[in-house]
Amino acid sequence: MQRRIIKDKLFEIIIIIFALVSTFPLILILFQIVKKGIASINWSFFVNLPQPPGESGGGVSNAILGTFILIVIAGGFSILLGVLGGTFISEYKDKKISELIRLCVNIFQGIPSIVIGIIVYIWIVMPLHRFSALSGGIALGIMMLPLIVKSTEETLRLIPSSLKEASLALGASYTTTMLRVILPAGINGILSGILISVSRVAGETAPLLFTAFGNPFMNFNIFKPVDSLPLLIFNYSMSPYPEWHSIAWGASFVLISFIIILNILTKMVSRKWKTVF
Amino acid sequence: MKMDRYFKSILFGAAILLLLLLTGIFFTLLIGSIPAIKASGIKFLSGTSWNPVTGVYGAVPFVIGTLLTSFLALFISLPFSFSISLFLGEYFKKGALAEFLNYATDILASIPSVIYGFWGLLFLVPIVRKFELSFHILPYGVGIFTASLILAIMIIPYTSYLAKEVILLVPQDIKEAAYSLGATRSEVIRKIIVPYSRSGIFAGILLSLGRALGETMAVTMVIGNSNLIPGNIFSPANTMASVIANEFTEATNDVHLSALIELGLLLFIITGIINFIGNEIIKKLSIKG
Amino acid sequence: MENGILKILNFYAGYNVKTILTNINLSIPSNKVISIMGPSGCGKTTLIRCINRMHELQPDANFKGQILLNEKNIFATSPILVRRKIGMVFQKPNPFPTMSIYDNVVSGYILNGIKIPRSEKDRIVEETLRKVYLWDEVMDSLHRKGTFLSGGQQQRLCIARAMAMNPEIILLDEPTSALDPKATAKIEELITKIKKSVTVILVTHNTAQAARVSDFTAFLYLGELVEFGFTEKLFTTPKDKKTEEYLTGKFG
Repeated sequence: MQRRIIKDKLFEIIIIIFALVSTFPLILILFQIVKKGIASINWSFFVNLPQPPGESGGGVSNAILGTFILIVIAGGFSILLGVLGGTFISEYKDKKISELIRLCVNIFQGIPSIVIGIIVYIWIVMPLHRFSALSGGIALGIMMLPLIVKSTEETLRLIPSSLKEASLALGASYTTTMLRVILPAGINGILSGILISVSRVAGETAPLLFTAFGNPFMNFNIFKPVDSLPLLIFNYSMSPYPEWHSIAWGASFVLISFIIILNILTKMVSRKWKTVF
Repeated sequence: MKMDRYFKSILFGAAILLLLLLTGIFFTLLIGSIPAIKASGIKFLSGTSWNPVTGVYGAVPFVIGTLLTSFLALFISLPFSFSISLFLGEYFKKGALAEFLNYATDILASIPSVIYGFWGLLFLVPIVRKFELSFHILPYGVGIFTASLILAIMIIPYTSYLAKEVILLVPQDIKEAAYSLGATRSEVIRKIIVPYSRSGIFAGILLSLGRALGETMAVTMVIGNSNLIPGNIFSPANTMASVIANEFTEATNDVHLSALIELGLLLFIITGIINFIGNEIIKKLSIKG
Repeated sequence: MENGILKILNFYAGYNVKTILTNINLSIPSNKVISIMGPSGCGKTTLIRCINRMHELQPDANFKGQILLNEKNIFATSPILVRRKIGMVFQKPNPFPTMSIYDNVVSGYILNGIKIPRSEKDRIVEETLRKVYLWDEVMDSLHRKGTFLSGGQQQRLCIARAMAMNPEIILLDEPTSALDPKATAKIEELITKIKKSVTVILVTHNTAQAARVSDFTAFLYLGELVEFGFTEKLFTTPKDKKTEEYLTGKFG
């Protein structure tokens, strides 16, 4: 009996130790990013362009702008399509096509992001004969789609059908019912799905390698290559120059802060705008 | 109502577009692979050499590299993810520690892969190099082992999250029945909880494996990028994803590009099947994945 | 009974191959409360969902026969127009969760894109909320969400929502089945009051409720109309044996 109790305690202690040890890498990574990142961040970091190795005062303004442009294009490509598609499969649950879309969405959620890069290279980069912000944005947009479709469907499915009937029974048209009653009632879930998907793709690098490509200069033209924070971190960290490494730390700090803020925002949205039925 | 007809057609149009887009991805990969399939045929899957200069494209080194890194990562991560899932799903469902662990795994899951790679390059690689030196292994620092370490850290949140969700699904009354028979907690875990949630935990492991197989950036940065079949787990190597990342923009000719697309297709099919099975299991268990 | 506001003639309805209502003939007089009672599954709800053309929204739904509102076939006009004239209240209270109490009351106007001046809206809201005895309870929180109210208050808000459109008929589908006895009493009280301005069709499986509030009662069994008449008469001297058995608790 005594031995069983000791064994039980031992098991528990091992579980606790392993669980807590697995947070060490996180603490280590965050600690280093914060320490080295903050050290390399100053005003010029945000407003200047990258400098050649050996020169100080380089910034990442081009990558911050690029990330912003890419996310805007990605959102423009995916949000409307994803919400409408998600609405369709929740409205026509049992149709064959809905089943098919659901299956595709589930499979595509786990497709390696580099594959999306290949696709967009074939679809957009090859016909246009150049890397571009447009292609990078669409690559990120394709990655956002499954999440938006899924979160829209799951949100709408939780809305009681009596709500729709109440609106129809008042003589409202189907369109009005969907746009003024059903979608607003699900706004928190749909919005947090969109925010989550943005935070997922904000740090994506692989699909941008051969689409947005990277660009050390400021660029507003969506038909030309742009830089993004993850691309810049990749290129700088693979370089042999310590100055560039410290810029990469700074960029990592900015990127992680952005993602964590997005995650907090998502939680706030889903809590604050929660619809009570 | 005219308006309703328009609105319904817009919804339907979006659905069709979505379907075309998603299935189009598969067919694009398939069509893009045709030149390589014509040039290499089945040798693509059995060839042990990949040399764009001589036009020889055998994927075996990358398949081995991919499987080795992914399974090693899974092996390293399992004790940790299993512990986290039991910690959060059984021992400490609430409280400050559970909160902390929840946040920690959340943040771990949202750190971009490129940052893991960067951190691995500057922090893990030197440590592994020292380790290799002291064991008289060629001190590359980069290689399969380093890549697996990074991958392990990256997939812990996924496995542990899914496993926690299924462990929480184990009905309280079954556990209580076992306790009332005098079982200790660890016995309940081993005899009741684990058998009950076995298929869900398996699905979690499968989905994490899918993620590990396709992970690109972090692996590319620390695996050493060698197109040879790895001799041991400390050798530099390449995975399917990392070789695409490395060679795609520098592809010398159409067949090379097509061979890389075919690698993408292979990766797509493998991860697609794994995701399909994992999702089917989860759907049966009806948990949110 | 010849000049009823609503006439149902040789009416059949169902899903796919399953018939739910068989040859219903019913003439409903205006400004009265009419109960439709019967055991669960007898087709009560299907019947009233045909009256405001909600039945046909179900996939595989079908129907045959005529329903006349003021001598005009409702299937010959747009379902939207029919539903504006025939309001409906559901089993479970379902105020629009994104709208305030105020907006819920005038939601019929909002959702139909009918523009009315603010002062007119204010008047409709107050008048309708008074009709359902909710005004005194919510006058200070008109701009809070309707979902913060209690179940009974929510259901009265839903009745107000239907009443605000000035319908000719209001359909109540077991409106008190999700409520406690106190809230139920209040709803029953208001049902007997609002019949001054609207014809009320009340579906209930609670015979006592039918006896308490309705002027006329219809008894539906296995999709057929067994008996229809003055409530008092039907309860005291039922013509049909099935009605008697139902009222004495032999089945259902």
